[in-house]
Amino acid sequence: MTVESIVFYLFAALTVLGAVGVITVRNAVQAVLCLVLTFFSAAVLWMLLEAEFLAVTLVLVYVGAVMVLFLFVVMMLDVDYASLKSGFTRYLPLGILVALALFGAIYWVIRSEVLGEMPEPAKHSAEYSNVTVLGKLLYTEYFYAFEVAGVILLVAIVAAISLTFRGRRDRRGQSVPVQHQASREERLRVVSMESGPRQDAHLRKETDVKSKRKRKTKTKAKKKGDEA
Amino acid sequence: MSLTHYLVVSALLFSISVVGIIINRKNVITLLMCIELMLLAVNTNFIAFSRYLSDEVGQIFVFFILTVAAAEAAIGLAILVVLFRTNKKIDVAELKELKG
Repeated sequence: MTVESIVFYLFAALTVLGAVGVITVRNAVQAVLCLVLTFFSAAVLWMLLEAEFLAVTLVLVYVGAVMVLFLFVVMMLDVDYASLKSGFTRYLPLGILVALALFGAIYWVIRSEVLGEMPEPAKHSAEYSNVTVLGKLLYTEYFYAFEVAGVILLVAIVAAISLTFRGRRDRRGQSVPVQHQASREERLRVVSMESGPRQDAHLRKETDVKSKRKRKTKTKAKKKGDEA
Repeated sequence: MSLTHYLVVSALLFSISVVGIIINRKNVITLLMCIELMLLAVNTNFIAFSRYLSDEVGQIFVFFILTVAAAEAAIGLAILVVLFRTNKKIDVAELKELKG
């Protein structure tokens, strides 16, 4: 057994064990940690396949960023994970059946003569740089695809922020939905008013009396003047 | 190590993640993690074929799959947080407001 095959079998077993842990462990935090183990050992397998850049990217991007995001969300949400596992045993026979069928089909294709003989190519020399090769391909032939990938990441940033951003709590601003939901009943109070004589009718009467008196005195004065 | 070894490992990973989707159909977080596992299996296939065909374009493809998977995980988790904020639950069976 060479060193390469020992490393392969060890990390392939770790990958599969981690994957089984992800789907069976009850605690969600432990499930995420199992997924981290799976990604790590898969990165070692990729390293064996001489894809060094992608192996490092897997560890940096997936273990470093995506899995930490998963951990944050799992710890932030106060969810009863035990109740979410309730249908576990009920669907287990169906799941195993589907898995056996799927794996059998894939294995049948792998074992058949479809793939043909693929001998292992010779190992690259020490001067070979995986990053250089990928960089040359990425920035020449696949440059437009690379730009589109950048746009996809931008869309993801905008979507994630706009979904979760709630703004400051103590902000005083106008809220258009609240304004639209306002009804006339809660904003406008109609005071019931009686039709008929006004409430200041007695005042008006007094003034009327006064004016009448004035008028009377005027008429009296006129009469006096006429008499004179 | 022959190509078959790597293909068997990634077939095992893919089958396990399908089982995970079937038996954990209530928990959105586990569903997202199973999708990540599936993408990992596909990526391993791509890299194995890229090595044994001596063609680096397969690795370029894996690069783009990683990009899209990271975007998908971020948006999926953001939707999950908003869902939890409004419903206080992340049970898939409870999500039937849009059902006609």
